[in-house]
Amino acid sequence: MSAAALSIRGLRVEYPLEDGRVVAAVDGLDLEIAQGEIHALVGESGAGKTTVGNALMGLLDAPGRVAAGRVAIAGRNVDFRTGRAAGIVQGRDVGAIFQDPMTSLNPLFTVESQIGETLRFHLGLDREAARARALDLLRAVGIPEPERRLKAYPHQLSGGQRQRVVIAAALSCDPKLLVADEPTTALDVSVQAQILDLVRALVRERGLGVLLVTHNMGVVAEIADRVTVMRGGKVVESGKVADVLTRPKHAYVQGLVAAVPRIDKRLARFATIGDETAGAQAARDDLRTRYMRPRAEKVPDAILEVANLTVEYGSGSLLGLGRKGGFRAVDDVSFAVKRGEIFGIVGESGSGKTTVANAVAGLVRTAAGTIRFAGQAIGEKRPRALRGAMQMVFQDPYASLNSRMRIDDALAEPMLFHGVAAGRSDADARIAMLIEAVGLAPDAGRRYPFAFSGGQRQRLSIARALAAEPQLVVCDEPTSSLDVSVQAQILNLLKDLRDATGLTLLFISHDLAVVRQMCDRVAVMQGGRIVELADCDTLFADPQHAYTKRLLSLVPNVARIGNRLEPTGASP
Amino acid sequence: MTGVLLNRLAQALLVMAAVTAIAFAMFRYVGDPVLIMSREDATPAEREELRAALGLDAPIVVQYAKFVGRVAVGDLGISYRNQRPVAKLLAERLPATLELVAVAMAIALGLGIPLGVLSALHPKAWYAQAIQAVSLLGISMPTFVTGIGLIMLFAVGLRWLPSFGRGETVALGWWTTGLLTPSGLRSLILPAVTLALFSITLIMRLVRAEMRDVLASDYIRFARARGLPRPYIHFTLALRNALMPVITVTGLQVGSLIAFAIVTETVFQWPGMGLLFIQAVSFVDIPVMSAYLLFVGFLFVAINMTVDVLYAIVDPRLRSGAR
Repeated sequence: MSAAALSIRGLRVEYPLEDGRVVAAVDGLDLEIAQGEIHALVGESGAGKTTVGNALMGLLDAPGRVAAGRVAIAGRNVDFRTGRAAGIVQGRDVGAIFQDPMTSLNPLFTVESQIGETLRFHLGLDREAARARALDLLRAVGIPEPERRLKAYPHQLSGGQRQRVVIAAALSCDPKLLVADEPTTALDVSVQAQILDLVRALVRERGLGVLLVTHNMGVVAEIADRVTVMRGGKVVESGKVADVLTRPKHAYVQGLVAAVPRIDKRLARFATIGDETAGAQAARDDLRTRYMRPRAEKVPDAILEVANLTVEYGSGSLLGLGRKGGFRAVDDVSFAVKRGEIFGIVGESGSGKTTVANAVAGLVRTAAGTIRFAGQAIGEKRPRALRGAMQMVFQDPYASLNSRMRIDDALAEPMLFHGVAAGRSDADARIAMLIEAVGLAPDAGRRYPFAFSGGQRQRLSIARALAAEPQLVVCDEPTSSLDVSVQAQILNLLKDLRDATGLTLLFISHDLAVVRQMCDRVAVMQGGRIVELADCDTLFADPQHAYTKRLLSLVPNVARIGNRLEPTGASP
Repeated sequence: MTGVLLNRLAQALLVMAAVTAIAFAMFRYVGDPVLIMSREDATPAEREELRAALGLDAPIVVQYAKFVGRVAVGDLGISYRNQRPVAKLLAERLPATLELVAVAMAIALGLGIPLGVLSALHPKAWYAQAIQAVSLLGISMPTFVTGIGLIMLFAVGLRWLPSFGRGETVALGWWTTGLLTPSGLRSLILPAVTLALFSITLIMRLVRAEMRDVLASDYIRFARARGLPRPYIHFTLALRNALMPVITVTGLQVGSLIAFAIVTETVFQWPGMGLLFIQAVSFVDIPVMSAYLLFVGFLFVAINMTVDVLYAIVDPRLRSGAR
């Protein structure tokens, strides 16, 4: 048998701190990847999985260094004395793919130049030979019209095509090891499925070893042969994917697997790894009593009715010159959301789902159609009471909190603005309750956003949305930037709040499994239109539209692990 | 691309219309030209005669139309001070200023870009820190202070370089150049360095900031992961991206240097347009002042157009519309 594609023994990567101490980002990692094998490295933020990938690619950031351990790539030992991999040549012996194909390619150079430069420097090919080889590579990664694409610039390609170009460039010198750092995280499910198929085919054809760094358990289940789970720089569990995902031994791995939203069946709650604070439940009960009180007036059953909504972008320019006509992002969309319902909108990027959310929230100008809230037609200019009744939670918890505002000020602002609280002292009492209701300690209000993790910030964003005592909360991808365990906590929180307070949620997501767990009814969007709208259970059990069926078939799924053929290339 | 250009052209025409209006208003309403031009003991009748001769008794709209018509054919009026055509005065002074600015800009780019790249690549090195500290001095020191300081040191103290004037010049048709004689070149050094100092700092800091952003980008990480040679990554892949905003700033700087070379030209008694303007101001020579305003307005508009075209050439993303 030929040498392993990658062999790691006792790897330790250290980051020295200012005060002389060191932090071990990776500690005592052992890992073996045979040729033709895909090995997944899984963990949550801060687990050290990306650091391993960076160390192999010679991309460790400046103060970081390999302190101990042996690494061999394709049988050749890597010399870490310089702190970098000196015995091997990156690009020739190790190929790398990164998360975001939109930013992995240099915008000012053609595809040919970016694939060709690697060939010219490592293999000494001239321009003609490099072009011929680049053409072969583009064919190998399945890019349509490869001759034309050679001359293209990155912005002329779609996300999936760019990732194929990135893979072609990474494989150009026929490396034996490919390090793929979240290669499909930034892609839509359909493109993700294509890229995963491609990687699997290339592995088989070329006997490539792949180190797949990811946080997506579904991807692991779909494609990997073996998996190593890391936490805090240390290996928690390692083994065959089928064993680790179906019969995890370690409690952390059990929790991690359980926290992955399932698409096959609906659970009452997500299993969470962390426990809630004792005060959270009581605070939510308080919140419920507050919400129950003012519901005396007669209100229609449908809280939000959207009829024939159309939104266009990009029409008009200065002086009327330049481009004419706009892009129709949302095209004749109608739906109604019932009070107390969680209504989901799913779709791929460009389907118009976020534009619908923005139109409902009054953040974009509508071209046609009506939006009615609690029976009342609303336009772009809205009365203050109405703005308070509708709040938003955004995708990025790092960008959506003002970093120069203390948490209690950020929460008091909507209360005072919308007249929910009588004064600052009244507001302070409610702030403490809100913060507890979203599962944080009451003293969190005195701190600034930087003191909180991404998941905690998203909790605070939710608290801020609730501060105005809204009837409808529009959540635009509220958990897509979070780790699975944190995602499970946030989704549980939203569900509990709905159950406790009768809140209505408009839930926008590209993640079908999350939608499956969260929503009562779901609308599927494609190209600005709703192609299917049904009860959640009905939709997932018996999809009617071809597009819905295709989307569902493409979702990487932990539960499908049993159906997958046993990998042929895996060595014990 | 053509659409973008047409759009820009329309904007440029609007700006020029506004500038001519201001230049006209200045010409017509800042003081009474007749009072300024006529002798002090002129009779009212003589003044009216002059007013009619200058066409200043016609309705405002007619005067403005005539003014625009004259400007369009290059007739910028007669200087009050020395009774010569303003267009001719400007043409005489233009080469001096342009040569000064061209050399200053060449110095600024030639030093600013390499220094910026150097301090971006090794931000912690002692020389990068030193460049930063000195550049702070360069950006905060007023031009006249550095100019006078340089004169003190190199002209008065060391007596290496002349302290004023252009030295000997050679006439190439209507263009007079100081670049072909030793004394012309020697005279150019101090004013050019003085004028360039601020731009060196600006370009250096800009290149440094842009370069650091680009070096942290995913595509440079990807290039490093493919094991491409460092110099190729830094100077071919990264620098081209980092230079995009430098194009804009260079364009604006060329404009500002020409327009605001006034201080430097005054300190060094450099016979350029800035000096012409200062003299015009002290003599209330309004035709020269409004012509200078027109010229500077035109210059900025032209430079901005050029920058837009350059952008499209360098950045394929702006070209794609044409395909």
